[in-house]
Amino acid sequence: MTQHRSGPEQARPLANVETTQAEAGGASTDGSAPLVEVEHLKVFFPIKSGLFFDREVARVHAVNDVTLSIAEGETMGLVGESGCGKTTISRAIMRLVDSTEGAIRFRGQDVTHAGRRRMEPLRREMQMVFQDPFASLNPRKRVGQIIGLPLRLHGSERKEIEPQVRELLARVGLHKEHVNRFPHEFSGGQRQRIGVARALALEPRLIVLDEPVSALDVSVQAQIINLLDDLQDDFKLTYLFVAHDLSVVRHVSDRIAVMYLGKLMEVSPAEELYTKPIHPYTSALLSAIPIPDPEENRRRERMVVSGEPPNPINPPSGCVFHTRCPRATDVCRTLEPPLARYPNGHLAACHHPMNVSPEEVKATEKDRTSPLSAGDELPAASGANGSGLGDGH
Amino acid sequence: MATDPLADQAALQGREAWEQEAERERAHGIGPWRLALRRLRRNKVALAFGFLFVLLVACCVAAPLWADRVAHTGPNENHLSDTIRVGGETKNVVGLDGIPIGPTWRGEFFLGADSNGRDIMVRLLYGGRNSLLVGISAALITTILSIVLGLIAGYSHGASDAAVSSLLDILWSFPVVILGVALGVALALDGVDIGPFSVSGDSLLIPIFVIAIAYVPYMARPLRGQVLSLREREFVEAARAQGAGPLRIMFTEVLPSLTSTILVFSTLLIANAVLLEAALSFLGAGIRPPNPSWGTMIDDGVDRISTAPHLAIVPGAMLVLTVLSLNVLGDGVRDALDPRANVRLEH
Repeated sequence: MTQHRSGPEQARPLANVETTQAEAGGASTDGSAPLVEVEHLKVFFPIKSGLFFDREVARVHAVNDVTLSIAEGETMGLVGESGCGKTTISRAIMRLVDSTEGAIRFRGQDVTHAGRRRMEPLRREMQMVFQDPFASLNPRKRVGQIIGLPLRLHGSERKEIEPQVRELLARVGLHKEHVNRFPHEFSGGQRQRIGVARALALEPRLIVLDEPVSALDVSVQAQIINLLDDLQDDFKLTYLFVAHDLSVVRHVSDRIAVMYLGKLMEVSPAEELYTKPIHPYTSALLSAIPIPDPEENRRRERMVVSGEPPNPINPPSGCVFHTRCPRATDVCRTLEPPLARYPNGHLAACHHPMNVSPEEVKATEKDRTSPLSAGDELPAASGANGSGLGDGH
Repeated sequence: MATDPLADQAALQGREAWEQEAERERAHGIGPWRLALRRLRRNKVALAFGFLFVLLVACCVAAPLWADRVAHTGPNENHLSDTIRVGGETKNVVGLDGIPIGPTWRGEFFLGADSNGRDIMVRLLYGGRNSLLVGISAALITTILSIVLGLIAGYSHGASDAAVSSLLDILWSFPVVILGVALGVALALDGVDIGPFSVSGDSLLIPIFVIAIAYVPYMARPLRGQVLSLREREFVEAARAQGAGPLRIMFTEVLPSLTSTILVFSTLLIANAVLLEAALSFLGAGIRPPNPSWGTMIDDGVDRISTAPHLAIVPGAMLVLTVLSLNVLGDGVRDALDPRANVRLEH
């Protein structure tokens, strides 16, 4: 069980059982139904222009055929560079953006195009914590009003709200007296605690965390992550943890999905991603994590990827990563690789996988969560090698 | 925005008040309004001009008092053939050559008379009532219309935004005065009859309505822009993620962030509306004579500018004082609410 998270959250038998089930299937079909299923989701943003009538001139392929499922009690890490579509997925799940194609199911219920009325009962069960704690709290409102809004929207009496808000403030590590303060009187970490309290108010099942710590100082990041961890244990929460930084999600995630340019590159049990990255892109992301010890830093073999991600308006053919991949060959340029299944429910979409033995490569199968446009070509055994990249983690 | 604690202390009178304030702060926090009020309290110039405006309004409100108790005449009463004793001499109110007397600095004809022998001070105060009434009501109507249109256009993408925006653009494309004269003359010719409502041509409602319409785009367009940027902010998204509907978001999430802009704009709008009223009345498209207003009084006085300059100068000076005090106050309010903001009424 490499997927056990290190740290204090091992006392979560229920969550771990379900996590294991989800991982065993690589996705979702067997065992209990996952809490959230995203199937072949595409979210394209039209670019319009025109003098009198807006004409669609291009589309930004923000999310381009992604299939994911999140089991109850699990923490799913979602990682990628800026602009890879990870935030768009989280916003699509929250129904803040409209999906172009595909399906989103919450507890088996299709919510892909659900309107506000249909979403209303579900809002109780899914909440979101936003990236920027300075922008996500209305500067004109008192903390009590901010945290109380979800309660008011879902039918609590005015009188009941204030004691509940005080309780929530205490739960996220703030003072109960802060209920009458304004957001500008708090530090970034405290504001993010307010954001967490707001998400927690309705006792949801799922909390979508959209880069909840990326705007915070490193020491404060750790506090918020510990808080999120404790809350997950207490309230049996399911997290979708979006981050652009692999080091942040390492200790909180059960599984991690790596995205690039709107597509999934790799999905892996959390620890295994760090010890055995299969996709070259993951390896490059791992190389980008700074190591505080310069000696060790010099010793490690780094995979450096240069340049910027290509324009998502016109993504490259074949494997979207081929323009920057040091291992790319002709097949990568023409044929989109499917998500191949490796042991431990580890999926990777690459023609030239790393850190896998020839036997493992031979045993792979195309996973059913592969993009529909992907070819059937599985990685050839010869292409595999056991390069030790990433082993140092 | 950090405030200088020493300055805060100085702004509060005495130690006791300071302690009360500190206690309040501990319990309730310092809201954005409180911070703004503190900054405004430190801006003595803005406060002085604000006081001046209040004084002007109070004087105009008290016009009947002056007319009955001091001047013993009404705003429209002629004294063409009357005489008045000033400093032991008996003078004609309007001389045989048609020149009215200048300021007597006494209760009757304090600021002199006009060519019809009417008391200028009385007319000035009554005219101020009309000018300020038109200005303030027009600014109020403009503000309400602008908030509604700005919120609708800014918050809803698509057809309603396009409709509202192009309507505003059409209004915007006319110079304010030309639009005002055209509307004012057209409406005042035979009054307005819409169903059960009928407004006569000399009613004050017509200049109020005309001025309110003419200024709507100047306020609604910037508000729309602000709503456009606010609706993309994360706190609006957070409200939507919690299931808040568009109306609730518009009025409880977006509107509170607009209040500082609205407050500043409406102060400046009153000044501009008073000016536009004067301009329209001067051109004969605003308040109808013999109803007094500062604009009509200036209009009356212009013909006699060489022989009796006080006829035009006195109402002109009142106009300047009103507009100046409102502008300085508006600037002060803007600086207090958001020191970085750059809100101004553009023409």
